[in-house]
Amino acid sequence: MNGYLDKSRPVGPQIGELLCVAVVQGEYAPGQRLPSVRELAVDLGVNPNTVQHALESLGEQGILYSVRGSGWYVQEDRTRAREILTRLRREKTAEFFRTMQFLGLPTEETKAFVKEWEHE
Amino acid sequence: MSEILRCENVTKTFGSVTALNNVSLTLESGKIVGLLGPNGSGKTTLIKLINGLLTPNFGRLLVDGDEPGIVTKTKVAYLPDNIYLNGWMTIRQIVEYFEDFYEDFSPACAYEMLDRLGISPEKRLKTLSKGNKEKVCLILVMSRRARLYVLDEPIAGVDPAARDYVISTIINNYNPEATVLISTHLISDIEQILDEVLFIRNGHLVLHKSVEDIRAEEGKSVDELFREVFRW
Repeated sequence: MNGYLDKSRPVGPQIGELLCVAVVQGEYAPGQRLPSVRELAVDLGVNPNTVQHALESLGEQGILYSVRGSGWYVQEDRTRAREILTRLRREKTAEFFRTMQFLGLPTEETKAFVKEWEHE
Repeated sequence: MSEILRCENVTKTFGSVTALNNVSLTLESGKIVGLLGPNGSGKTTLIKLINGLLTPNFGRLLVDGDEPGIVTKTKVAYLPDNIYLNGWMTIRQIVEYFEDFYEDFSPACAYEMLDRLGISPEKRLKTLSKGNKEKVCLILVMSRRARLYVLDEPIAGVDPAARDYVISTIINNYNPEATVLISTHLISDIEQILDEVLFIRNGHLVLHKSVEDIRAEEGKSVDELFREVFRW
């Protein structure tokens, strides 16, 4: 199982998130065909039906499109994938700052802490 | 989605012991289903009923519309929880034996999987390690084009690397026309490949649910939920 995936949350949306990253980062370029459902499932170590649902959901959101009998392809326009990834990064960062606040560091101090972390 | 397994009020007793108590469930094709429960909860009894090795005392059980028998045995590929093949046979002889036995068995598929594992067909089964013997058994079962695969504890006796092999073999052979029923008590290793789970306790079916629904509704992994349901 991929290290990003959290088994205590629905896995389908998390697979969608990983695919958005791959699209935005250009691992799968616009117009490129994605690996088959089976290959993705083996690669991620997850259920093939869950992968299928994730692909369909990205299809509905205009990030991928399917060609009957051929598979799933990346849409030319990657705006939506970028939006999703940006939203996700914001959410995760906000979550991190919230956690740090519980651990006694207000946001500004956490920023300083992170900066130091980079220099470590 | 068509129905591949139906249990209606199935009860199985052994003398004064009730191994399965009034179990009713249906499984659709195209699913990977976990049969989960502690030791002695009735998992293997249910599996033996599906394979016609036992018959219910009450209720009935249908595999693709038929009661377990000659017809259903052509549709069910069964991996028992112990190795039943003859150790003196070579892998090739065992493959040929399966080819004679099952119309839906693909030798090419078996040889390809054996080759990927680096197991020579000329070797005798008894010369293989325990883990490799179990992998060979799994390969033989998964090389059939069955409607229902019933795997009894396929990962119990193997190391974590071999578990990954078993898991990817199951995903690789997934086909939307077939259902895979996997019994195990090692839930965290296998839950990510499951569509649905069946929890059984003391012969009762206590839960039958999609794993994505469990995650969404409970905010827990299947393993966490299992520990909660089966707490002493």
